[in-house]
Amino acid sequence: MSPRRLFTSVAVHTALTIGAVLTVIPLLWMLSASLMPQGEATAFPPRLLPSRVTFEHYLDLFNRLRLGRSFLNSTIVAVFSTIFSLLFNTMAGYAFAKLRFRGRDRIFSLLVAALAIPAQVAMLPLFLLLKTMGLVNTYVGAMLPLMATIYGIFLIRQFMVSLPDDLIAAARIDGASEFRIYWSIVLPLARPVLATLAIFTFMSAWNDFIWPLIILTDDDKYTLPVAVANLVGEHALDLELMMASSVITILPVLLLFFFLQKQYIAGLMAGGVKG
Amino acid sequence: MSRSQFAPEARAAVVFVLPALTLITLFFILPVIGGFVLSLTDFDIYSVGNTANTRFVGAENYTQLSSNKVFWQALRNTLYFAFVGCPLTILIALAAALLLNAKVARFKALFRTIYFAPVVTTIVAVAVVWRYLYHPRVGLLNRALSVVGIEAIDWLGDPRWALPAVILMAVWKNFGYSAVIFLAALQNVPEDLYEAARVDGAGPIRQFWSVTLPSLAPTMIFVTIITAIGYVQLFAEVYVMTPDGGPLNSTLSIVMLMYREGFRWWNMGDAAAVAFALFAIVILMSVILMLTRKRWARA
Amino acid sequence: MNRRADGVRVRFHGRKAGRNAECKMQNAKCKKKAARAETLSAFCILHFAFCILVSLTLTTCANAPRDARTTIEFWGLGREGEVVAEMLPEFHKRHPEIRVDIQQIPWTAAHEKLLTAHVGGSFPDLAQMGNTWVPEFETIGALEKLDPWVARSKTVKRDDYFDGIWRTNIVNGTTYGLPWYVDTRVIFYRSDLMAKAGFDHPPRTWSEWTAVMRRMKEVSGRPDFFPILMPTNEWPPPVLLALQAGATLITDDAAAHFSEPKFISAFDYYLSFYRDGLAPVMSNSQIANLYQQFGDGEFAMFITGPWNVGELRRRLPANMQDKWMTMPMPAPDGTAYPGVSLAGGSSLVLSSKSRKKEAAWKFIEFLSEPVQQARFYEKSGDLPARRSAWDMKPLAGDDKIAAFRTQFERTVPTPTIPEWEYIATTIFEHAELAARGQFDARGAASRLDAKVNRILEKRRWILEKQGPKGKDRAIANLSDAGPVPRCHPERSEGSPASGRSASKCGGSFASLRMTEPRQSALDPSHTS
Repeated sequence: MSPRRLFTSVAVHTALTIGAVLTVIPLLWMLSASLMPQGEATAFPPRLLPSRVTFEHYLDLFNRLRLGRSFLNSTIVAVFSTIFSLLFNTMAGYAFAKLRFRGRDRIFSLLVAALAIPAQVAMLPLFLLLKTMGLVNTYVGAMLPLMATIYGIFLIRQFMVSLPDDLIAAARIDGASEFRIYWSIVLPLARPVLATLAIFTFMSAWNDFIWPLIILTDDDKYTLPVAVANLVGEHALDLELMMASSVITILPVLLLFFFLQKQYIAGLMAGGVKG
Repeated sequence: MSRSQFAPEARAAVVFVLPALTLITLFFILPVIGGFVLSLTDFDIYSVGNTANTRFVGAENYTQLSSNKVFWQALRNTLYFAFVGCPLTILIALAAALLLNAKVARFKALFRTIYFAPVVTTIVAVAVVWRYLYHPRVGLLNRALSVVGIEAIDWLGDPRWALPAVILMAVWKNFGYSAVIFLAALQNVPEDLYEAARVDGAGPIRQFWSVTLPSLAPTMIFVTIITAIGYVQLFAEVYVMTPDGGPLNSTLSIVMLMYREGFRWWNMGDAAAVAFALFAIVILMSVILMLTRKRWARA
Repeated sequence: MNRRADGVRVRFHGRKAGRNAECKMQNAKCKKKAARAETLSAFCILHFAFCILVSLTLTTCANAPRDARTTIEFWGLGREGEVVAEMLPEFHKRHPEIRVDIQQIPWTAAHEKLLTAHVGGSFPDLAQMGNTWVPEFETIGALEKLDPWVARSKTVKRDDYFDGIWRTNIVNGTTYGLPWYVDTRVIFYRSDLMAKAGFDHPPRTWSEWTAVMRRMKEVSGRPDFFPILMPTNEWPPPVLLALQAGATLITDDAAAHFSEPKFISAFDYYLSFYRDGLAPVMSNSQIANLYQQFGDGEFAMFITGPWNVGELRRRLPANMQDKWMTMPMPAPDGTAYPGVSLAGGSSLVLSSKSRKKEAAWKFIEFLSEPVQQARFYEKSGDLPARRSAWDMKPLAGDDKIAAFRTQFERTVPTPTIPEWEYIATTIFEHAELAARGQFDARGAASRLDAKVNRILEKRRWILEKQGPKGKDRAIANLSDAGPVPRCHPERSEGSPASGRSASKCGGSFASLRMTEPRQSALDPSHTS
């Protein structure tokens, strides 16, 4: 290796490492502080690692503050949002990509135009609407905005457009029903994009804040972000406890990302519409 | 004849499209239209008690908004957040992407995963973490600064620092997203372009300016506007870090104002008008995005 | 918090079970058919999805505990929610048939949570709320009329409550909330600095007050000294002074009434503090450390609420503890000492829709017992609403809170209309500009008239729509325009409770909390 190349290599890796350290410090500190005994994270001189590892805050959160309930709520909302989103969006996306019907392209371009509308615009009337339907403070109310999304349809359609038409035509000639074609031919081929859509939906359902904050009024229904925001209002002094609640909230999505990052990033590239 | 040929296909299509379209129409499109109607009424706490207590007021909510100092402050804060936060995010993302794309770089996947990790985290939870990092006395940030002799700053309690502090956190959380997209774009830059530049005697810096940056420009515009659109919807960060809009409303954002007017005070008419102000900003940005995309596509 | 893990809630709702069974059957049929035809139909999938939806919707109605006890839900705000949980065991011992389920809501989110809960049909059986919120929740029909309950009660006796505070809970002549703990503004002052200025008793009139401050400034010899700290972005000081002068603020037919001489003279008195250099023109976000500056003698007085008694006891060194004291508000002239102050605090309310009102009322009665009130004070530092609790230890004989006891006899509610919090914000915005010299008292008053009339336009329209009857309601609700008569003031007065005021004017103390998160027992955020 030439000296110049060596220098570049050292410089690049130093910069990358500094960036990586700065990026993970908040997350590592969160994890470390959540394992510290009460009061240690605010003690002076500052500690970066716990003097002894304790899980008391986690136990406290689950036993006394019933964060387990919120964990369950988040899981229910995220899982079912994902299932419904997969079902409804793939059906519509497939139809828009491969089935010929009147007004298809016009409707689709209208939908794409509506992508630009920020979700907040619909929130106030949606709340009033769900109020009249009796869906305020229900899981369904919390899931509704995620069950079928324009973005989801768009993502699926873009993928399915590139599927070979011959396969579908051949199946039709064989006498397969339209649903059968969708279910046993198209869906298996679309597995990568299904994974992407599933991760996206799950994560946005898990991380969403403003809508659950508005629609879920009872702490029995709170999802994790709402519960954590509520806790920080009340237990602002219990730093270690709050860090533990953050770990509980973040860990599932972070793990999901680590295991499925290929699909996730692929989806990012494909759609590239929403962050 | 073609009609009868498509008939079963079209019938199936209706069944396939109907659930999603019904949901989207009922729970998104209709509410958006409803929101506009709402913004033309004086729907408020009296209306919650009795809907008959609602009047059509025309554009009054909008004119009142335009004379409302708090609204202008929220708008200013939001645009400040977007227009400072966004370039900062893009710059850091670009730097990270260039480093990751360097030929000598090893462990690329690892670094990329690390940079991207904050993107997938829950905003509320990381905002809680940053709230403590910013704590004037026990926060890690002030403790680090005190080592280099900088006096303690009350990050979230000082009107001058509160919004910059939120920006810093947003940059941390979001740069990974743009970095990954930049990285993909960088890897798509044809090697011959660099080759040709080298033949012309261009050094690494010249190469960056005359090859990398121009090839990256469309991606850059796309990422910038997407990030900016995300940033003007600022809410959860400030809700958690500065619950009441911060000192002197210095972190009050448009969405926060909408939430406060709508759900704390039930001035739904005003809140809907605020929402449509946000709508206008986002539409404006989307139009810019589309126009530039078209231009780049032609070029 | 005191919610127990045993609260696993499973009970099948008849309707839900029925629907589920139906769904299952349909699904089974689907599957059979599918197996036969070797094709799944889209209908089956969709039907299945629909069934999941239905059962998810219905799960939400099936939330009832299994045990035989009546479970009532109580929403406690902030620290109070925590403290009340500590008092539960005794209540549960006395009433084994009732279980109280406490949900703790931060003050910053409480107002919207309560509103959306009402709209969403999950309003708790009973709740705590800032007493200025009562009119709003009455407007939307969330609250139970309490007069019949009070009439029947052996524990709750209206004449034992401070009258001004009780009346914050009256809307259109009906009581909707029961005062739980109370809160008002008095003057905290440095007794040593006052003595140094040659005064041996607290000022009783406005002119005496001004004289004390002038003298303090003369003898201090410090250029950075101000006799009083009165942040420009708080509504209580100008509102207080106006109420002391007998100003009406808002008339019974919902019109702004700021341009009357009483308001203008009081407002001019307020502005004189800044004009004469007695108070710094400073918003509360510019205050670095209130307690330290008070201890250092950078200022000698400030107008604030009971939570700061505890703060000062804790934050000032021991040798400073005999150098500060509290005093009731001076009056415009000597005839009505002390001057009135704001009737603030928290009330307990019953949900109009609750089906467990009897049980919930029992809990309200429990919390209202003088002994429990005194206990609550011990744990939270929140001052009791009942006079008899003040005769008990540790309240009796505490000289620092004695001024509050005197002041509570002279408190008046702010107008009990839903718009009040909004109006209070408007008042301080104009006061701030006037303090910075943008306009004089007269100019501020006319601007306030215009602005507040706009805010009240809707209310006027509604009153008009209701016709003369509506007007009578309003008259019963608001007050006459006359001066505040001793002890039975007819109108309103700012209650420090939270809400919009907390979000804006409360900034000072809220932001102090940010700098120094050691939360006081008296959570300052709900008392702006």
